[in-house]
Amino acid sequence: MDFEDTPQEAAFRAEVRTFLAANAEPKKRGVPGRARHVGAEELARAKRFQAAKHDAGLVGLTWPKEWGGRELTQIFQVIYNQEEEAYAVPRGVFEIGLGMCIPTMMAYATPEQLRRYVPKALHGEEVWCQLFSEPAGGSDVAAVRTRAEKNGDTWTINGQKIWTSGAQFSDFGIIVVRSNPDVPKHMGLSFFFLDMKSPGIEIRPIKQASGASHFNEVFFTDVKVPDSQRLGAVGQGWRVALTTLMNERLAIGDVPRPDTEDLLELARAVELDGEPAINNVSVREKIADMHVRSQGLKYTRFRTMTALSRGQTPGPESSIGKLVNAAKLQEIASFGLDLLGSAGMVMDKDLSPMQAMFQEALLSSPASRIAGGTDEILRNIVAERVLGLPGDIRVDKDIPFNRLPSGKR
Amino acid sequence: MNFDFSEEQHQLRDQARRFLTEHSTSKRIRQVLDGVAPYDRAMWQEIAAMGWLGAAVPEEYGGAGLGHVGLCVLAEELGRALAPVPFSSSVYLATEALLLAGSEAQKDELLPKLVAGDLIGTLAWAEGTGNPDPARIKARVSGGKLTGVKWPVADGGLADIAIVVARDETDRIVLALARLGGAGVHPEALNTVDPTREQAKLSFDGVPVEVLPGDGWETLIQVLDRAAVLIAFEQVGLAQKCLDMAVAFAMERHAFGRPIGSFQAIKHKLADVYVATELARSNAYFGAWALGVGAAELPLAAASARVSATEAAWLAAKENIQTHGGIGFTWEMDCHLYYRRAKLLGLTLGSAPWWKDRVVAALETRNAA
Repeated sequence: MDFEDTPQEAAFRAEVRTFLAANAEPKKRGVPGRARHVGAEELARAKRFQAAKHDAGLVGLTWPKEWGGRELTQIFQVIYNQEEEAYAVPRGVFEIGLGMCIPTMMAYATPEQLRRYVPKALHGEEVWCQLFSEPAGGSDVAAVRTRAEKNGDTWTINGQKIWTSGAQFSDFGIIVVRSNPDVPKHMGLSFFFLDMKSPGIEIRPIKQASGASHFNEVFFTDVKVPDSQRLGAVGQGWRVALTTLMNERLAIGDVPRPDTEDLLELARAVELDGEPAINNVSVREKIADMHVRSQGLKYTRFRTMTALSRGQTPGPESSIGKLVNAAKLQEIASFGLDLLGSAGMVMDKDLSPMQAMFQEALLSSPASRIAGGTDEILRNIVAERVLGLPGDIRVDKDIPFNRLPSGKR
Repeated sequence: MNFDFSEEQHQLRDQARRFLTEHSTSKRIRQVLDGVAPYDRAMWQEIAAMGWLGAAVPEEYGGAGLGHVGLCVLAEELGRALAPVPFSSSVYLATEALLLAGSEAQKDELLPKLVAGDLIGTLAWAEGTGNPDPARIKARVSGGKLTGVKWPVADGGLADIAIVVARDETDRIVLALARLGGAGVHPEALNTVDPTREQAKLSFDGVPVEVLPGDGWETLIQVLDRAAVLIAFEQVGLAQKCLDMAVAFAMERHAFGRPIGSFQAIKHKLADVYVATELARSNAYFGAWALGVGAAELPLAAASARVSATEAAWLAAKENIQTHGGIGFTWEMDCHLYYRRAKLLGLTLGSAPWWKDRVVAALETRNAA
């Protein structure tokens, strides 16, 4: 057992460090480094950074050389992410396009289409988004109601998508739609890519429970898409969608803040019952509980990296990260407020310790237990794919989609 | 990054799994449970013959020199198999204490015998209720003779030697090596929640002892840290076995016209057990690394491994019974054997609150550095 890089990995890590030192600002301690809102300025900054990464050869690491990649194994992407974690770099603009949309295009689009779209996406000139979720289809991703009807060589799309990150600044999107409502749910779907500036597309920001707006609703009214932009066969959209979902980035370097170290720092800084909170038995117990979860995940990531470094597929343990992290974040945030007594409610940045990091996390953390697979869906996945337990009994399997009961919400 | 066991260590695991599947059967564990014998002597002898008792002992003392990471591999399998032998007392506690603090003469004399299984050793720190605390130590060595009462002592009724935590004439904490066969030692078997592992109350009445060199409390803490990593592997093995049993049962057992494993109430419960077990495994791996290289992080790694594994083993053992339902609460089913052992392992080196405090104390030390 050791934690050493191979010589090739070490050389790559040095290359990444050199690039980041020259092109990004290190994160400041005690302040979350992630930009929450992507405005015009942030978008321009993200595009400049992507272009710099591109010119340094640090994009598309695992992609074929033909498409500007380096054909490296996934461990190199993990190393890049690990190093980038220490820097306050722009986030939330290219992850979906390069992580999910373009890989789906590579599997289904024509060579001409790829020549047109891949280089610009990789260089950061064009941004992509993913249009899957709908108001009536969250965890049940295939319950898509947005309709696509074909007339000659053109499809007409009507309906609504929701929780679309980056729709407001995206140039293109991939979308799954219902092309046939008369067959059971999974069989009537088709998949397209489209121009987000097409007539009939209206994008509205969603105001979240936290007060912030990171996502959009996207409305489609008679939006025309040529049949040449269909990915996969008509009625095979679910299979294409699975390709997209399988490409969800291996969330391996992400440690949400505040984490145990932040809680420890807070507990040393504030007093509880006339002495530093860190001296309180129940505070110590909670910090220990959170620490062993954080460390358990850290070393689980190391196990995953070991498999990747050997060119193996990571074991099922790599799937527990988000499930553990999301609940832990919410618990740490809530406990952090408890440490402040009734002042825990205050989130003025100049009054609340550590710039109200815990209060911000308290309000935003419900999202992390829902987005990208709810806690419940993730537990189903662990139970079925890892433990081999039977799938749930599906009552909608053999019924035409348009005869399914829909409920009131 | 090479955060995994080596090829040889994986082979060692396979060998251990095969042996224990064949020998550490429910029938043989229940011989000890029912009080027919205090431990499985035949299994002990075979384990000794395979060299497991000396896995982490240097070759100069008759050991196999596989290192502590090899011992971790064996610990996981022993925990999984509920092996009814005094392995943890003799290997993780007595042998480790001698390796850490024994004099050359003590090591030369005792280690080869411990490795061969001819001697069984243990460590006696507790004096009734409470977690490790020098203030609670009343046993005393005076004029080379030990007087005091220690309980519970793991395998105290069958061990040949014990390393006893006591005070000397000047009130310093020392480790005293006592031979248990002779006059003045009064062992008394204790009833415990897990009769498959012997526990005793040992009364010493002027028993001649040899004091180990060095600060007794410091050595004790080092031994407990090492043992915490090794017991964490036993707990991880046990948790995984409970999860395997629960999953197998949930696939077989039908209720309301379907396998109970298709109900989300069961799936989500077992997913949570899986998550806890993997976190515990990863924490234990880091403990193994720290133990193997003698890293400065060992106190934090050991406490984290212990807290995480104690939680996982307890969760897995109790939810295994719950998944089985009524049949899981019968004497005939083995579920209760794992439930008993899970709790015993969580107590044997001091309970979770003490170890959680050690996690935070280690974090404070690290951040102060």
